[in-house]
This record gives sequence, C-alpha cells and structure tokens, in this order.
Amino acid sequence: MSVFWILVILVGLAIVGFALGRRRAIGSAGGDPKTLHSRPNYYGVGVALAALIPSLALLAIWLFVQPLYIDAQVATQIADAAIPEGSTRGLMMGDIERLAAGFDQLESRGLMTPEEIAALGPDDDIRGRLGEVGLALGSNVSAETLDAARTFRSLSATGGILMTVAVLLAGAAGFAINLARVHHSKRARNQVESVILALLLAAACIAILTTAGIVLSMLFESINFFRQYPITEFFFGLQWAPNFRGNSDLGIIPLLWGTLYISLIALLVAVPIGLFSAIYLSEYAGRRMRAIAKPLIEVLAGIPTIVYGLFALLVVGPMLRDYFAQPLGLGNSGSSVMTAGLVMGIMLIPFVSSLSDDIISAVPQSMRDGSLGLGATKAETIRQVVVPAALPGIVGAILLAASRAIGETMIVVLGAGAAARLSLNPFEAMTTVTVKIVSQLTGDTNFASPETLVAFALGLTLFVITLGLNVFALFIVRRYREQYD
Amino acid sequence: MKDVRADERDTTMNDVKIETKGVQVYYGENHAIKDVSLAIKDKTVTAFIGPSGCGKSTFLRCLNRMNDTIDIARIEGEISIDGEDIYDPRVDPVQLRAKVGMVFQKPNPFPKSIFDNVAYGPKIHGLASNKAELDEIVETSLRRAAIWDEVKDRLQAPGTGLSGGQQQRLCIARAVATSPEVLLMDEPCSALDPIATAQVEELISELRTRYSVVIVTHSMQQAARVSQKTAFFHLGDMVEYGETDDIFTNPQDPRTEKYITGRIG
Repeated sequence: MSVFWILVILVGLAIVGFALGRRRAIGSAGGDPKTLHSRPNYYGVGVALAALIPSLALLAIWLFVQPLYIDAQVATQIADAAIPEGSTRGLMMGDIERLAAGFDQLESRGLMTPEEIAALGPDDDIRGRLGEVGLALGSNVSAETLDAARTFRSLSATGGILMTVAVLLAGAAGFAINLARVHHSKRARNQVESVILALLLAAACIAILTTAGIVLSMLFESINFFRQYPITEFFFGLQWAPNFRGNSDLGIIPLLWGTLYISLIALLVAVPIGLFSAIYLSEYAGRRMRAIAKPLIEVLAGIPTIVYGLFALLVVGPMLRDYFAQPLGLGNSGSSVMTAGLVMGIMLIPFVSSLSDDIISAVPQSMRDGSLGLGATKAETIRQVVVPAALPGIVGAILLAASRAIGETMIVVLGAGAAARLSLNPFEAMTTVTVKIVSQLTGDTNFASPETLVAFALGLTLFVITLGLNVFALFIVRRYREQYD
Repeated sequence: MKDVRADERDTTMNDVKIETKGVQVYYGENHAIKDVSLAIKDKTVTAFIGPSGCGKSTFLRCLNRMNDTIDIARIEGEISIDGEDIYDPRVDPVQLRAKVGMVFQKPNPFPKSIFDNVAYGPKIHGLASNKAELDEIVETSLRRAAIWDEVKDRLQAPGTGLSGGQQQRLCIARAVATSPEVLLMDEPCSALDPIATAQVEELISELRTRYSVVIVTHSMQQAARVSQKTAFFHLGDMVEYGETDDIFTNPQDPRTEKYITGRIG
C-alpha cells in the first residue's frame, strides 16, 4: 500500500476517533457536558492525536530506515569480484536501484507481468525494455546486478507490507487505548495542550537545528579546505586566481573588498531614498496617496533579481560608462561596481521604506501631539521625536537591506562582472564573494580540490560577517533605543 | 491683579486672556461644538466639565490649534488671545503653541532622558543661549512642576522610566519650560492614582500664580478643588459658565444641576 493511502486511512481514523471520543466523553458525563473536566471537543481531539502522532512518527522513521537497511543487505550480496573494472560498489548500487525502479514502472504500467519480469535473464534486452519507460541504463545488465535488483525488489515489497501493517497497528492502538481512557474526569484539555506545546517546540527546534546543520556542514568542508590551503593565505592573500590544475591563489581580500564596496554603494542609495520615502508616506502623504504609492514601491521588491541584473547590464552599465566613466577618464568597462551598487540600491529601497514606514506609523500619535503641543514644527517633530523613537526598527530595516546586499549574486554577475580586483575606482569591474562561490562550484568539479572547497570557506566567512553585522546592530539598538510604551 | 492670594475665589479683577465668540467645530458631518462664546481670565484656573463626548476636549484643542492636525476638523468663529485672533492666517500655529502649552490626558514623555524631555521646547525655540542657561531653565521648570527633588539625581535617566504621576509632572515641566502664558490641561489626572492626582492638583494651584490654566476634567470634585471658574458642556453646547462656587452650589440651568447631582453623564 502506498504512503498516500496509509495517510488517508490514518486521517480517516483520526476523524472517526474525534467523533467517537467526543461522544464517549458526553456519554460518560451522563449527557451533561458541564460535569466534564474539559470541553467535549478536547476528548475528541485527544483520541485523534493519539491515532495520528505515534503512527506518523513510526511512518517517518520507517521511511528513513528501510532504504538504509535494504541497501546494506543488497550490498553484501555483491561479491567484490562482481564489480567491473573502473566501477565502484556505490555506482553498482545506483544501477541496481534504477533497475528495480524500472521493473516497478514496467509492472505498474502493465507492460510486463510479474512472471515475465521474473523470467528475464541477463541475455534479454533489458535496456530496451527499460527504455520504453524512459529509463536509461549506463551499461548492460549483468547477472549479479539482475539478481541484486530482484532481491532489492522483494525486500522492498516485504518492507512495504510490514510498514503498512505496523503503522496502521500503531494508529489503531493509539486510537483504542486513548478512546478506552476517555472518562469525564480525564484532564483532556491539559493533555491536548501539552501535545500542541510539544509540536510548537518541535517546529522551533527544526529551525534552530537546520541553522546548526548548515553551519556544521560548512565548517567541516572549510576545515577540509584549510587542510589543503594555508589559512593565512586565504584570509590575507591579495590575489584571487583559481587554477583547476593546481597552484591557485585563493586570497579572499579582493572578493571581500568587492562585496563591501558594492554593498556600501547600494546602501548609500537605498537608505536615504527608502527612509525619506517612508517618512513621506507615513507622515505627510494623504490616505489615498499612501494607498497607491506604498504597493507601487513594494512592487520593486517583487522583481526577480535577474531582471535587475539585465537592467544593470543593458541600461545602467553602458549609461554610466558613456556619460561618467569615459568622460572622466575612469575606465571604459560596461560592468562596474557603480552599476551593480546603483541597481542593487534600487532593489533594496522597498526593504528599507516598507519596514521603516510600518515602524514610523507605529510610533504613538501622543508622541507627535506632545511635540507639536510644545510648538515644534512638523519637521522638528519627525527629526527629534518620531525617528528616534522608531530608530531600533529602522536600524533593523537597514540591516535587513545590508544582508540582502551582501548576499546578492545575480545583479553582481551581470552588473559588476566576475573579475576579482582590488581597486578604489568605482567604475572598474569587480566581483563579490557570492559570485565566486557560484563559479567555483559550477561546471565539472572535483570535490576534493581546494579550488572547489574554497567555496565553503567563502560561504562560512560570509555567514560570520552577516552574523557579526546582526550582533553589532542588536548592540546599537539596545544601546541607543528610545523606548516608548 | 498684581497680588492674587491663592485661596481667593473672586477673580473679577483679572484681565481677559482668551476670548471666544461663536465657535463652531465640525468633524466631517458631525457638529461637535455649537456656538461657544466665553472669556477666560488670566491667572485663573478655568475648568471645563461635562459628560464624555460633550466636546470639552475638542474645545480645549481649539485654543492652541491642535485640531489643525486633524484633517476633517473644521473650525468657525473667533478665538483671540490677548485680543489677537489666533486663526488669523498671519498667525503661525507653531508660535502659538509655544505660548499656549498643553498637557495631555495620558502622560506622553518622549523616549528621551528626563533632561532632554524638558530641554526639548527651550532648544527648539532658542530660549537658552548656552548650556548653563538651559540647565537653569530645566531646573526651574522641574521645580515648578514639583518633581525636581525626585529626579535631580537622575536627569539622564529615560523619562519613560518614571511612574505615571511623575511622568505627568514631567510633561507639565516640559510644557512650563517654553514659558507659556496659557496652560491647557486635557484631563491631566485621569490616568493617575489618588496620590499622584493630589500632587498634580496642588501643582495646578501653584501654576495659577503665573499662568492662565484651562483644565478639562471628568471629576467634579477636582473642578471644585482646583478651579475658580467652571464651564459646563453638554452635547456640544456650553450650557453654563460662571464662578465655580456658583456652578456647584447654585446652578442656573437644569442640565447643569442634573449633571452635578449625578443624574446625567
């Protein structure tokens, strides 16, 4: 039985459990819900949860463990001698799994009966038959592979049946035990709420654990990298010249410089424009103007960055080159730090303005009244009372924009180019950490060479920088916060 | 008028500070204030009483043009302070509000230090030419608001960290710091406990020696305790205006009598 149908049955069981539990609770109270410890629905939900949670947990574990177990079983079946020259056990396992999946396809589409499949020998045209269902095998099927695939299929089939039985049993057991315990004095609400609490906690933990997992995976790969490449040269090297034949210069400084330079220009564009438009929208604009302008500004946030990249490549880059860089004698490159920075700044405007606008609007009217009542002008009120009161939120908005800027890739590739360079001239092509991560990992790469592993070290560095930025901003906000209540 | 004793109830000697003639206020379609004419005297506490929604706060906010900040509010009639029409196009409401200070219903200190809260107005209006003068204005204002002794050791602490009553007195100090001539108070004690209320009421009696004070209040006892003149508002009309003692002991209008005896409101 497929997982989908197991889920359908479990949900059905839960719905029935809800109805039965509820009815039984009312029955045990003699028909008067007021003598129950909890409201009747909680008894119903309790039974439904008891039917769902243990069985779903079992299902999840089973789905994770079964393939590992079967792989291990099948792998032992292949003798070392059966592995062809130039192949590995892992590659063979891949073939076996594909073969097994192909047989499943042939059977489920009715192209072959189970008897025909069982009768197939290594001399038959198995590749041809699998081709009919769109499955391409790399090599001809050997007898060992065929045998292993058969074992794989039979183990999977048995496992599937066992899983169905076990999961449904677990669901039924939870259902029955909880239903039997329904009694008018049972603390059903407390139990249901503690289960819900556990679910909420689990959701929070998933987010935290994922972050930890990401950091750890980056960390291990980075350690691998630093085993092959000296750490001082990575952090202090002024030259970025990867060479896939070895002997690369992998200094991060030019990339970091590009990242920070472009982000700085982007923020110089986005922060004043975003902040001023937020002040206009929240303090000066009429209701109708605000209703029209705010969504229009937010449209900017919905444009894919690749479209911004095209805009940078086709419009802003050539324009800057023709009207600024060449007349000023600062170079003749179409892609430049300035191009990417300007376009990225435009992309960031809605982040700054939309968030700041919400935060400024949240400053209580009594603050403005207090200031106006003292004879302050509107401008003085905004500058000296409203904006300081909204500052923590505004810093948060700017920070969000900064992390977007540091992590942005597409606009940089198309706007600033991919040449790592250490220069002060904003009209020269430069590149950023993210772009280089992409270029080190794309193409035919060997995951053991420092030229590839450097991507993880770059990613980790970037992560540490944004983390530091966040911590710094939190500190600033705490230190200078003007809290209104 | 030079020497007014604090307990003196007879204020007929005082000059008229604020005069209103036929004031109408509309909030959109709603006629909130109907033809109010009264004369508020200098160095006097004038109380506006009346049930909720009777327009007393609206009327108070006309006196320093705070209603200008509400888009749909429309004001007709004439309001003059010292004989000068404050709705004249030549009058800048910003300058007017420096002259007519306001204390709000809910204490609203700025999220700044106690010192900066009080120094805010003087800095904006350039009342101090150096730090020493500013310090002096802040100290005098805090003393006048009877809060100096409580905060003198923590002037750099945030104003929002004070208790409710202290916050309200800080707001009074803030209003006093711009040296206003009139002080408008919109239910200044409604968010305070009885002890803080008593402190603020005592302060109002003090302030009367320097300013013309107009106070909106829900509490008739408070009006009787602090004011010399009382105006009773009902449904946008000013029903009765006169000496506080007369209003409370010998009301002329049946609506006033019903209100002060607790039958409407």
